[in-house]
Amino acid sequence: MTAMLEIEGLEQRFHVGGGIFERMRVEKGRLRIPDRIVHAVNGVSLKVAAGEVLALVGESGCGKSTVAKTVARIYKPTAGTIRIDGTDISGLGQRALLPVRAKMQMIFQDPYASLNPRQKVRDIVAEPLLQQTRGRAARAEVAGRTLALLERVGLNAEHANRYPHQFSGGQRQRIGIARALSVNPRLIIADEPVSALDVSIQAQILNLMKDLRDEFGLAYLFITHDLSVVHHIADRVAVMYLGFVVEEAPRDTLFAAPRHPYTRALLSAAPAIDPAARKDEIEVTGEVPSALDLPSGCCFRTRCPFAWERCAAERPVLRDAGDGARVACHLLDEPQRDAP
Amino acid sequence: MTEALLQVEGLRTHFHTFSGTVRAVDGVSFAVGRGEIMGLVGESGGGKSVVGFSLLGLIDPPGRIEGGTIRFDGEDLTAAGEARMRRIRGREIAMVFQDPMTSLNPLHTVGRQMDEVLRLHTDLDAAARRARSVEMLESVGISRAAERLSAYPHQFSGGMRQRVVIAIALLASPRLIVADEPTTALDVTIQSQILKLMRRQIRERGASMILITHDLAVVAEMADHITVLYCGKVVERGPADTVLRRPAHPYTRGLIDSIPNPALRKERLNQIPGMVPDIRNLPVGCNFRDRCPRATALCAEVEPALQDRGSGQWAACHHPLDAAP
Repeated sequence: MTAMLEIEGLEQRFHVGGGIFERMRVEKGRLRIPDRIVHAVNGVSLKVAAGEVLALVGESGCGKSTVAKTVARIYKPTAGTIRIDGTDISGLGQRALLPVRAKMQMIFQDPYASLNPRQKVRDIVAEPLLQQTRGRAARAEVAGRTLALLERVGLNAEHANRYPHQFSGGQRQRIGIARALSVNPRLIIADEPVSALDVSIQAQILNLMKDLRDEFGLAYLFITHDLSVVHHIADRVAVMYLGFVVEEAPRDTLFAAPRHPYTRALLSAAPAIDPAARKDEIEVTGEVPSALDLPSGCCFRTRCPFAWERCAAERPVLRDAGDGARVACHLLDEPQRDAP
Repeated sequence: MTEALLQVEGLRTHFHTFSGTVRAVDGVSFAVGRGEIMGLVGESGGGKSVVGFSLLGLIDPPGRIEGGTIRFDGEDLTAAGEARMRRIRGREIAMVFQDPMTSLNPLHTVGRQMDEVLRLHTDLDAAARRARSVEMLESVGISRAAERLSAYPHQFSGGMRQRVVIAIALLASPRLIVADEPTTALDVTIQSQILKLMRRQIRERGASMILITHDLAVVAEMADHITVLYCGKVVERGPADTVLRRPAHPYTRGLIDSIPNPALRKERLNQIPGMVPDIRNLPVGCNFRDRCPRATALCAEVEPALQDRGSGQWAACHHPLDAAP
């Protein structure tokens, strides 16, 4: 069976500005104007099976949203392949992408910025459908489907004629979900869909997304920084740091026995409401290095309490670590170093 | 019993807008003991930030403190004039805001902004002020502090900026720090560093803190006491452990249950249905009744008052969770 989504060796680099004078350097007596490049995603390979939820976790700047936007082909990847249901879409143009978008839709983080304030809710929800049918769909049919979708996500027919500003954040996110569902996709890319919401509303949206997944057999690529949300919704989890996947494992394996020092730090840093669940295993100091200037070797070595010479010399690759986990860390070879 | 450092009684802060009066804070009472961390919790619109601004006298028209008292070390701040408040802000009560980028002046160096606080609130000479600034930056974990004094806010990362803001707040050794969502804008590994830093600094100096946040997990890690706000009113307050383990108010219970808890392995979250009501148009009786599983006819008629549930826990509910249903 082909995976719903298969990413291989995905790389995304961005040239950033900075005027010509800012970039000017003199090297060996010659004037040079080097490009400034952000290495946002550095060779990420992931698979999401049909009906599966893969959570992509990490802190700001780790490249998780860039992966989401590249998979959705909002960005064109610098290198690597993206297969949706077996078709490589990494090089397709906008026109050729249209049928792909019937299989894959996106839900965005900010429910305020992701809805057009000048469109009525019915038009927002119907738009992907009209795009797919090039406007040839029967009006009554589109209207009927729009209402059915709104009802399914917990809104009603009366809401269809309103504008986005008349809704709260949670309701707007429901509208965004209805829009994504309108073309009957099989893969939903959700970029921090609940981060902007209050906790009681967050629970409502997570429950809704879970129900929809069971009902429609959706696969999710779920981007979030919140580990408790990950635990609630994911089947598998991939942890990103500085554009690399450092660990990927089934949810229960990852939470019960995290292997990579960064995963362990992330889990122990998360505040817990239950004092008994508090664990103080690893504490990282310092901050994430700049993606303009990646460290040599392992991306995490500058903050890792275990790092030694090999970590600076050689970049660890993601490899099998048992229990279905893949980990990119030299500690796998020298477990005796894993002591405080 | 010694008197609490801060005693807020029946605080009412209202905003008079064209579309009606917003009772953002409506009869809020709580106390903060000396050396204590008090967590002020609630969702957006609960009024928690307005409480913080009210304490510092930072409510601008169309907002106004309509009633109640704020007794800080015996002095009623609602009666204090602007000149007196200027001396209290920074020296007696300091504030840490959510967004470290907008609470620092981008046009001045960090050193100048720190120096200003010391110039206003102490008699130190220039050299002593500089030495104290360096010492304070070091104590919040900023290396090469002397050098960093001449850096501008944009040259720091988010976590470092929040450290600077905390250093500035601590400079004049205030007795109370009001921290409004101090780590909400930060990543989780940085958040844990900042929270540890704040707790240590508060404890070492014997200061008190009001920690305003929507994040119950952060409160669970930090606070001694908790006050839960809903629609501008206190629905529950008490010692942190008691409130989190045995909440009496259904809203507090709902907030706790809404957080995915890995230990419980639930398939579905116990969500609170519905939404926060429009604050300009609050229901009669209990504000939470439309979302509450225990609501009865009584809740629609009579607004529940805060009642003592024993061991310092108070809840405003006709059908509290520890009572027989």
